Amino acid sequence: MSSDWTTKALAVLAKDIRTELRTRYSLNALFMFAFTTLVVVSFSLGQLSLGVQVLSALYWIIIFFASMSALSGVFVKEEDAKTAQTLRLFARPSVIYAGKLIYNTLLLTILCALLTPLYVVFMNVTVPDWPLFLVVVLLGIIGLSGATTIIGAIVAKANVRGALFAVLSFPVLLPLLVAAIGGTDAALGGAGWAGAENHVKLLVAYAVIMITASAVLFDFVWNG
Amino acid sequence: MVRKYLQVGLFVLLAGVIYFSFTTPAPQQIIGEASRIFYYHIPMAWLTFVAYAVNLIYAIRFLKTHSELDDFRSLWSAELGTMFCVLATISGSLFAKVTWGVYWTWSEPRMLSIFILLLIYGAYLSLRAAIPTPERKGIISAAYSIFAFPTVPFFIFIMPRMMLSLHPADSVVDKNLHFTMGGSVLPIFLVSLFSFTVLYFWLFGLGIRLHKVQLTRSEEA
Repeated sequence: MSSDWTTKALAVLAKDIRTELRTRYSLNALFMFAFTTLVVVSFSLGQLSLGVQVLSALYWIIIFFASMSALSGVFVKEEDAKTAQTLRLFARPSVIYAGKLIYNTLLLTILCALLTPLYVVFMNVTVPDWPLFLVVVLLGIIGLSGATTIIGAIVAKANVRGALFAVLSFPVLLPLLVAAIGGTDAALGGAGWAGAENHVKLLVAYAVIMITASAVLFDFVWNG
Repeated sequence: MVRKYLQVGLFVLLAGVIYFSFTTPAPQQIIGEASRIFYYHIPMAWLTFVAYAVNLIYAIRFLKTHSELDDFRSLWSAELGTMFCVLATISGSLFAKVTWGVYWTWSEPRMLSIFILLLIYGAYLSLRAAIPTPERKGIISAAYSIFAFPTVPFFIFIMPRMMLSLHPADSVVDKNLHFTMGGSVLPIFLVSLFSFTVLYFWLFGLGIRLHKVQLTRSEEA
């Protein structure tokens, strides 16, 4: 039973990756959006010597807006292509949720892997503590996809999707953004693990709470 | 008939609160006259919390019962809560101008938390407006209201600690907010809190009675 659950969740993930690779629609949109924002930020602020706090806030603002442009896609495309019914027949809601959650996390990981080097180059950032920086970014990504995956499913049932996704996500994501910006600030400013301890704890707690709440509520949203 | 007496009683209580809140000495000497807003601001913030808690309870109940009335109760309480939340934000902002010299500051956790509540329930109401089918509207919005709720403790319990550690000067804010609840202050405050709470439940019941009448009307037609 359990191995069946995992196989099916991975099948949902594999299906999403395969359809994505055919068009590369969300990855392109996600990356180009992030890249454009980065260029705009760098072009307008690059001449100034920015403090560490501003740099870490800008980094997360870019990731936040880029994810707002693409992360709702996993459920919206199912509703648009009328494939949601087939998916409902294929597996239990928790399986679908797990597949989509991993897919969104993967999408954001690829985005950050591409964005971070460019950010370091364009904004002239020096990172004294790479391990801490990567841990904060990874935890931030997990929290971000953990909170927005179910909101993507909510938005897929509504009429005005694009604007609504950002409106619904922002208040829920605020604690995450505060903790992620604080943690990045500690990693860039040299405060180290001791300075980032509270932020890292908050990021872990946030991801656990959001994924648990989503797992409980996803049944209602998916079948509603 | 009983309802009539309760309404008259509520009217007398609220009139009394308004009269005595302006005629007795100001509750806080350093701030002076402006501190009278405290009799109204804190009940508004309290009712924001009560109304959103009622919204949450009926949202959870709706997911079990799927009764249209529970969905309406949940929605109506969210609407009332948003009204109280706007009033609490405005009165708090005026109070902040008098005590701290600015209408708005992001470093005060209480301001931040009430603002987040406003955003969450603004999003909740726009989500409802964007879903056409009534049954689905109820389920999806109930799920969002339950999902958004866990973020509230972050702002009430966790954020203040993190922000105090970042801005130690903020502890002055708490000293300013300490009221000497002596003399006539405590009784007026408690009566104010009580009568505004009754006002909320009266409004809540009124909206539901109106909704039931409209339902039977539309069934007859």
